Amino acid sequence: MSSGIRFDSVTVAYDGNVVLDALDLTVEPGEVMALLGPSGSGKTTALRAVAGFVRPVSGRVYLGERDVTELPPHRRGIGMVVQQYALFPHMRVEDNVAFGLKARKVAKSEIRARVAEALEMTGMAAYARRHPRELSGGQQQRVAIARALAIRPGVLLLDEPLSALDAQLRSGMLAELARLHRELPDVSILYVTHDQVEALTLADRIAVMDRARLQDCGTPHQLYRAPRTEFTASFVGNANLLPVTVGEGGVSFGGREVEVGTAGIACGAQATLCVRPHLVGLGSGPNQLAGTVDEIQWRGATHRLYVDVDGHRLMADLRELKAPPAHGDAVTLHFAPEDAVLLPAGGGHD
Amino acid sequence: MLVHSRKGKWTAWVLFLVLFLPLFALPLLVILAASFATNWSSVLPSGFTTGHYDAATRGEALQALTTSLVTALTASLLAMAVGTWAALAASGLKRRQRRFLDALFVLPVAVPSVVVGLAILVAFSKPPLLLNGTRSIVILAHAVLVTAFAYQSVSAAIARLDPAYEQAAASLGARPSYVLWRVKLPLLLPSLTAAGGLCFALSMGELSATMMLYPPDWTPLPVLIYAATDRGALFAGSALAVVLMTATLIALLAVSRVRSKASYR
Repeated sequence: MSSGIRFDSVTVAYDGNVVLDALDLTVEPGEVMALLGPSGSGKTTALRAVAGFVRPVSGRVYLGERDVTELPPHRRGIGMVVQQYALFPHMRVEDNVAFGLKARKVAKSEIRARVAEALEMTGMAAYARRHPRELSGGQQQRVAIARALAIRPGVLLLDEPLSALDAQLRSGMLAELARLHRELPDVSILYVTHDQVEALTLADRIAVMDRARLQDCGTPHQLYRAPRTEFTASFVGNANLLPVTVGEGGVSFGGREVEVGTAGIACGAQATLCVRPHLVGLGSGPNQLAGTVDEIQWRGATHRLYVDVDGHRLMADLRELKAPPAHGDAVTLHFAPEDAVLLPAGGGHD
Repeated sequence: MLVHSRKGKWTAWVLFLVLFLPLFALPLLVILAASFATNWSSVLPSGFTTGHYDAATRGEALQALTTSLVTALTASLLAMAVGTWAALAASGLKRRQRRFLDALFVLPVAVPSVVVGLAILVAFSKPPLLLNGTRSIVILAHAVLVTAFAYQSVSAAIARLDPAYEQAAASLGARPSYVLWRVKLPLLLPSLTAAGGLCFALSMGELSATMMLYPPDWTPLPVLIYAATDRGALFAGSALAVVLMTATLIALLAVSRVRSKASYR
């Protein structure tokens, strides 16, 4: 069963307070869509509107061709995994996984087979007879995923599923989720997270949310290489954002001529120049900027330099330096014209 | 612990015992001593006998104990059914409606139980609902009196229940009634049994409303204790009181065993 999700101008408000503003978004069948944003951006509300736990004040939610806006949660046929897992503490692992099948009155023999299959898929077959309290956080997470997959949903909703795990487990679970999706290519996944690494790693496309609105939507590559707004640029990966004035064939930043593509932005307009810290180099080269070192951090494989250029703080991530500069040293930074992106000024911050 | 020094701990213990013993433990010990006595004219009771217990565990007294147990069990089951139902319904209401329901269920506690007894007596003394003089009016009165406690305990437990369980169950395709029986009630079970035990204990000791309502063939134990002390048979009354206390404690212990079996966290 493949279905996909479509938000058609979905607005959600609590007591007149708009928490999701006219969201238009389509998740294709089999696609992994990450909803990325800070807390309070409306991403979880969007997921809960699909699950049926919040009711839009206007707009429609479709699962496949079916308008589910008025359907109660238990008739939507979705799998859902939440941050705290919400495993039923009074049931064994196998009964947790069987819950959705029993509720749907699936035949007993089939329940047994599908529970075994779901536990096998998540690597939890050996723990079937345990109670949730006897499992670690990562194991509970696998059981929660097995429980959601056992009903063979067309759509899987994941609400910050990894945020309760420590960093090492998290990267392991990310790989697991990617493998699960390869095994279940027809399932659409809506993945809510505030962690850009999770979004970049897992998602086919990322929808960036901020202040109840969809800010940007595209493949991880598009959003990272060519963000359309300042918000996207700074939220998806770090970014140096510099105010510039657009000129002929380049821009000027505090009187310096900087070479960069200006496609689509009128001459004389204000704009924002976006360069990723790891694309900034030390020493002379194209697009040189001179400044003084504000702070230097050693991060093992890299040095992070904070350089003050005319009152603007620039970040540069450099391969570990043999002779790093010290605080107050004068340095020169440079970046290649093709590594910088020009954004319309104030984009995304209306 | 709040008190750290060894001396401070000792002081706290002594203070606790000085306050606790005379107020809570001693009167109960006095009753226990009196129940074995025939005479108490000096400091200690005298004339040791177990005769009061012979009388307290047969005939009229035994029947009164059975009456009390049946009344308390039926009333607390009724109260738990009504109280749980109401608390579950209230959790789905809007704030103001819920406040109204809370206030309604607090009434039997706020109003003196004598008044509740009288009200029930007056209300059910005429057809079509003529219950006066029947056993059911006693059970009904007890149920009304303890439902407030059932409602309050269960409401508090529901408020503590993480809505994520209910939502996870719903997303898995479980209709609301299935969620109630398979998820919510099992998760509430420890609180439900605790509330049931409280209702049972309260009903076992109820006197003031019962006095106005009990028919001759349905005399609960507290009424018998009151009658015994009223006619001056203090030692016989003490034995009855000890029987009442023991029966209630045994019932509560049984309930607490169920509870520890049902709790999984």
